[in-house]
Amino acid sequence: MEAGGASAPRNRLAVAGARATTEAMLRDQPRRDVIRNTVFAGLLLLAILIALAGLVALVTQALVRGSSALSPDLINNPPSTAFPDKAGYRPAILGSLQLIAGVILFVVPVGVGAALYLEEYADGSRWWNRLVEINIQNLAAVPSIIYGILGLAFIVRGPLDLGFILAAGSLTLALLVLPMVIIAAREAIRAVPDSIRQGSLALGATQWQTIRTQVLPAAIPGIATGVILAVSRAVGETAPLLLVGATVFVTFDPTPFGSDGYSAMPVQIFNYIVRPQDEFQTLAFAGIIVMLAVLLAMNSFAIWLRNRYEQRW
Amino acid sequence: MAQDEIKPEAARETREAAAERASIAVRPEFRSDPNSPSKEKVFEMKGVEVLYSGVSAVKGISMDIGHNEVTALIGPSGCGKSTLLRCLNRMNDLIPNAEVQGELLYHGEDLYGSNVDPVQVRKLIGMVFQKPNPFPKSIYDNIAFGPRILGRKDALDETVEKALRGAALWDEVKDRLKDNAFGLSGGQQQRLCIARCIAVEPDVILMDEPCSALDPISTGKIEDLMIELKEQFSIVIVTHNMQQAARVSDRTAFLMVELDAEEHNRWGRLVEYDVTEKIFTNPADKRTEDYVSGKVG
Repeated sequence: MEAGGASAPRNRLAVAGARATTEAMLRDQPRRDVIRNTVFAGLLLLAILIALAGLVALVTQALVRGSSALSPDLINNPPSTAFPDKAGYRPAILGSLQLIAGVILFVVPVGVGAALYLEEYADGSRWWNRLVEINIQNLAAVPSIIYGILGLAFIVRGPLDLGFILAAGSLTLALLVLPMVIIAAREAIRAVPDSIRQGSLALGATQWQTIRTQVLPAAIPGIATGVILAVSRAVGETAPLLLVGATVFVTFDPTPFGSDGYSAMPVQIFNYIVRPQDEFQTLAFAGIIVMLAVLLAMNSFAIWLRNRYEQRW
Repeated sequence: MAQDEIKPEAARETREAAAERASIAVRPEFRSDPNSPSKEKVFEMKGVEVLYSGVSAVKGISMDIGHNEVTALIGPSGCGKSTLLRCLNRMNDLIPNAEVQGELLYHGEDLYGSNVDPVQVRKLIGMVFQKPNPFPKSIYDNIAFGPRILGRKDALDETVEKALRGAALWDEVKDRLKDNAFGLSGGQQQRLCIARCIAVEPDVILMDEPCSALDPISTGKIEDLMIELKEQFSIVIVTHNMQQAARVSDRTAFLMVELDAEEHNRWGRLVEYDVTEKIFTNPADKRTEDYVSGKVG
């Protein structure tokens, strides 16, 4: 522009000054803020490390001390107090598998049924339904030993009077994880949008047809995830089993209703670890490796299942 | 997507047909009594009131809905259009504490009679919702769902094809019937929902703002579809779009919000119900005129 000829150098100076100020402002973060930021991020990182450290210590300890005992014998042989080099976990593994099977058989229909009732049928504005809801939340927080006492009093003895059999242990564990399954199933059912239910009902489907053909299929991945996580909790439970007859030393293969006793993985591990001899300690750590592997596999499967089949609405 | 493009000739044809129909001065059969179609009546409402937990949502609705017509319900938000629509196939039953009072006859039968099963009602009176709600299943299974639950499993393939053709969707999806319905565009999903509704061969189709989530091209397709479908079905549509009501409907009901003296409670009230042409060109009520001319609402 011609008119601005005389003032051009001054303009240029002003622009340069403004630019320098801006640059300075953009660059100069106060030192104090930088330090605060770093310290805070460091603290958060520390929190993660503490959480991870426990797991890492457990796994390395188990691997270092137990790997020498890892062999087919560990799974194939029954326990022995006399020959630790030949002793294994066979009855305990079979016991745990049967316990899990029983838990699943009981917990899936009852848990899903209860969740369906609460989500689809119960009128949430009624006080008794709210009471049921609150109590299911509370049940999930009850310590497992209490369930053991309950199992002993009502399942092993008392009204059901099943005796110290594996099925009684299964039922006790099932009661223990039932609230978890109900809560997980309810969340899965609630995640199915109402528009799907309305679409189905508007076509003349009954409520049960809607649940069976629309709600349940859409909720199955979530329910399955919840069931697996609940079962993996049941696998690791020891305290209630001790009360309902999981004998610590069983050398034969257990059956669901046999009254000769049964064992389970965590119980057997406990039995080995309390013995003073190094061989049994090694055996216990090998058992921990087996259990950790099974639990990790189950949890990974649950996560995979959730990610694979999760429906995005 | 090439399939999504509207065929210009076909669209213009149906639009012109619609325009022509709308421009016919008041049709003789309506002239005698504007509030009562002399044709066969599907619904007859006398003093219908809907209450939620004892509070009125709409009050004093008296109107008749004719057979093989498109009836539009228009009015500002909160005037109870959707509430009224949901009375007609007893979808309000699903809301706890909802209550319907007054007389609501369907082909002369009391829709809320003690011997009436709401499930049977919904088989006869289908519904298309505001937001497309396909089931998380294949296109085929979406359509087949209704016939299957009703036990009509014979010739399912033909039923599905007929329904999809009826909803003008067949050509777009015939090669991918096994694909998940969520892969369709919004407009296609809504036509799928219409097809799903047609597949159970209802008598009436209720549409609750069926185009409010769609783009103009999809909206145009669904409007054309409505005009075709009224040959076989009676259609009641709730819409916020007054042009849409003017384009597709034979009769229009205008509802408005009414307040009580203390302005505590509000409910919907039917202001005017007449032939669409008259509502939009020469309404009897000043409030209708203000609304359709865009002065309020």
